[in-house]
Amino acid sequence: MGTNTNITPNHNTPVPQDPGGGHSGAGRPEGDDGLVARLRQARPMPDPDALVALRARLAAEAEAEGLLDVAYRVVDSPIGPLLVAVTADGLARVAFENEGHGEVLEELAATISPRILTAPRRTDPVARQLDEYFAGRRRRFDLELDLRLARGFRRQVLDQLRLVDFGHTVSYGELARSAGNPRAVRAAGSACATNPVPLVVPCHRVVRSDGSIGQYRGGPEAKRTLLALEAAA
Amino acid sequence: MQPFDRVVEEHGAAVLRVCTALLGPEEAQDAWSETFLAALRAYPRLRPDSNLQGWLVTIAHNKAMDALRRRSRAPVPAGDGTDLSPPGTAAAGDDPAQAAVGRVDCELLAAVRALPPKQQAAVVHHYLADLPYREVAAALGTSPAAARRSAADGVAALRIALGPAGTAGEPTSRPLPRKR
Repeated sequence: MGTNTNITPNHNTPVPQDPGGGHSGAGRPEGDDGLVARLRQARPMPDPDALVALRARLAAEAEAEGLLDVAYRVVDSPIGPLLVAVTADGLARVAFENEGHGEVLEELAATISPRILTAPRRTDPVARQLDEYFAGRRRRFDLELDLRLARGFRRQVLDQLRLVDFGHTVSYGELARSAGNPRAVRAAGSACATNPVPLVVPCHRVVRSDGSIGQYRGGPEAKRTLLALEAAA
Repeated sequence: MQPFDRVVEEHGAAVLRVCTALLGPEEAQDAWSETFLAALRAYPRLRPDSNLQGWLVTIAHNKAMDALRRRSRAPVPAGDGTDLSPPGTAAAGDDPAQAAVGRVDCELLAAVRALPPKQQAAVVHHYLADLPYREVAAALGTSPAAARRSAADGVAALRIALGPAGTAGEPTSRPLPRKR
């Protein structure tokens, strides 16, 4: 306690019920007020575990009441911690550490809803399937997706990307063609670069036509790791 | 607007302390949950310049008072150290400050409950939630001067209600601040 220094009652305020009591002597020391001390004693610092339990309970009750617009959690992975955010409709965001998870949550608050809580239940299937993927036991994600953060041609590109199987790659040109606009190679590239749900919509399977690895939202090293993981399986 | 999760992270402890002071550790958990659920419901409509802690403490104060009203209608449970005993039965002979750690300072709570609404709100926001008077005033829709006056009046009333034994550290030579 004690983040606030302004907790002493104003001794200049007339207190008619207490004539001649504690207000004789202008220099009455602040620490003298046993009542204020007693008020402060009545609010012990909470046990951190109690707050963890309360936050879990809040998430469950918010979900039951339809108030949990975005549930998130951070999942550990071989390419660093991944933030996964799930709306009532499905997985809306997978974010790499280099994106800044705090900023990603702020962005979600602005674009989807500020009713965001860390919540295990709704994010469990995503976390489990990611674990299985990295352990080499899953080749295809079976998750509802909420792709509201991708619109127009970018959305069409993502829909095509979902058809690229585990262990295969396509070029940006091929991707643009399959999305219906063979000349939109750069747009296909930016659709990959802004893919809101990387890994699950596998933009890491898109490489340059010269065979080089190309860009990745999670950094080229992460992309290389994922391609190696799939090649080895 | 901040993600609500961050609001819980920043203010969860302060709200729990206010709830604990007003209700004791058991019921405080229910009041805390009700507070943040109500806050989550209203959050997207909150004005961006609002003082979050003042807003949350106001909700928590209301939820705690609702709980106390419900409790006063319900049968009193067997004494487990957290139920609200009549004033004077709590921590008799103990240092009240010591007694308050880990269980409810029933006597103090009863006196806080008996305060007029404005004084009670000012005492809760300023002394239990540590909010400066500027923020107390914003949360209660009054002026800082009026908030300060209400808090001072509330503390004076508490001092009278609790008597000299309730304010450890007061000089014994002081006249007894008894009700006339």
